[in-house]
Amino acid sequence: MPDTAKDLHTEVMDLVLGPSHPATHGTIRMTVKLDGETIVDIDVEPGYLHRGFEKECEDHKWNQCVIYTDRLNYVSPIINNVGFAMAVEKLCGIGDQIPLRGQYLRVILSEMSRITDHLTCLAAVTMELGAFTAFLYFVKAREWFYELIEGVCGARLTTSWTRVGGVRGDLHDGFADKAKVALSKTREVLQECDRLFTKNRIFMDRTIDIGVISREDAISYGMTGPWLRSTGVAYDVRKSHPYLVYGELNFEIPVGTNGDNYDRYLVRMAEMEQSCRIIEQALAKLPGGPVSIPDHRYTYPDKQLVYTNIEALINQFKLVYEEIRPPKGEAYAYVEGGNGELGFYVVSSGGNKPWKCRVHPPCFPIMAALGPVLKGYMLADIIPTFGSVNMIGGEMDR
Amino acid sequence: MSKEVLDKLLAKFPQAVVSSHNRLGDETAVIKRESLLEVMRWLRDECAFEMLMDLTAVDYLGEEPRFEMVYHLKSLSKNYRLRIKARVPEGDPVIDSLIPLWKGANWFERECHEMYGIRFQGHPDLRPLLLYPEFKGHPLRKDYPLDRRQPRLPLLAPETRRFPRSGDETGHEGEKLPDDSHEHGEF
Repeated sequence: MPDTAKDLHTEVMDLVLGPSHPATHGTIRMTVKLDGETIVDIDVEPGYLHRGFEKECEDHKWNQCVIYTDRLNYVSPIINNVGFAMAVEKLCGIGDQIPLRGQYLRVILSEMSRITDHLTCLAAVTMELGAFTAFLYFVKAREWFYELIEGVCGARLTTSWTRVGGVRGDLHDGFADKAKVALSKTREVLQECDRLFTKNRIFMDRTIDIGVISREDAISYGMTGPWLRSTGVAYDVRKSHPYLVYGELNFEIPVGTNGDNYDRYLVRMAEMEQSCRIIEQALAKLPGGPVSIPDHRYTYPDKQLVYTNIEALINQFKLVYEEIRPPKGEAYAYVEGGNGELGFYVVSSGGNKPWKCRVHPPCFPIMAALGPVLKGYMLADIIPTFGSVNMIGGEMDR
Repeated sequence: MSKEVLDKLLAKFPQAVVSSHNRLGDETAVIKRESLLEVMRWLRDECAFEMLMDLTAVDYLGEEPRFEMVYHLKSLSKNYRLRIKARVPEGDPVIDSLIPLWKGANWFERECHEMYGIRFQGHPDLRPLLLYPEFKGHPLRKDYPLDRRQPRLPLLAPETRRFPRSGDETGHEGEKLPDDSHEHGEF
């Protein structure tokens, strides 16, 4: 056969994958140059979900922007809410005054969001590799947390839960008990999926040594989150720059060694267990007290007081009509999102709207590296590698 | 920790640094744009800033110079951060690209270019990233109105499509637009 194969006329083929393709979750277009099935070159084009997040924020008051942050990473919206609120609080100089209970609540719901984020990612990856049943297992577990979040925020995805200076509301009755049940059931699901995949020949063949990135490249691209940790760098904002009450809680940072898709799967699986630990500790330590700062330049007074007390009525009126006015300046606050460091760079000109509200989306640097990473692999390797990015169109394209 | 780096920077490049502050705990240095590449290279190599965490611009309409580039650097090994800023005038919105130092600068600069119209000297590929090639203007500039509509684009002629659609041979009615569509531009 080699002699005839030499005479065959071959040429590099262009193939366009997306923007809407059943095997990719998220609208993105990849123009692939193929030599047979080997990827010679790949051009990744995002932007199909661009809706002018920054421009809209510049036209809205500070607390109104919280609603837009839900739509950034819509599988873990509370982390976005918390990140934005922390940036504005830093700008106002009230970051250290948030009541302890409010901080614990932010941690608990952030970790629940991280679990839903990882569950979504792994559900999609496994389904795209053909394991549709596992998708249902993962999404079943995700639903338990969405129900808890819905109980607190009133919505599963569009939570809009934080406010500058605290959170919108306290937990409902029985939250802790329901959370414990959800955690133990989730652990069962994780063990079940661990048995299904971690030593699964098909899954290992499709992910081990696929989509490998070196540690140097990962750092040079500015990657964070599971992609960076899969190369062995134990960088996690919650440990390196502890915010809220993460410094008081015990948890570990799982890392990988090879920087391939399989390691990223392992890192995500291990992180969900750590998040479960964090939630348990935080629920046990949860103190009483208010959830928002009592400074009514930033937060609404109690509704009962508004109707009975003139001071409170004025506070409410001024806050509704004028909103908060952070002093002129700039601040960069960052939290650990599901995909890595989620940063907010906010600039205030002293008015009641942001002068600038920039998001540093964690999947952006990873997507920037996706093209170079995929060169030399096979066409079918695009799917698990792209899946392990967990690209969320909302935060990628903003 | 970050304070020491800022002091080192001030001592090393006294002419390049215009001003500096550490308000709200964010160490910040404003430098001249001509020395950006030199300062950044020194920060990466001598001060262990391995990561360019974020890159963006701010439009201070009415001030001169109008634009401000904002770079957030992060050191993994030393665990500190630094913010570097550089002003860019409206008439000549050019600054050096940081791709030689950090690979991640590529897409950040592409986004910054389409949103603010800042050109990055030495960038190999300044195509729009989130917008489409025919988009007119730079939407994050403060003088770009929030409600501006972009003109509707004619559909590509069948012969220029790389992947012909079914029905291309029978009729071309999809390409012709009403004459007033460019004024209203409803999508």
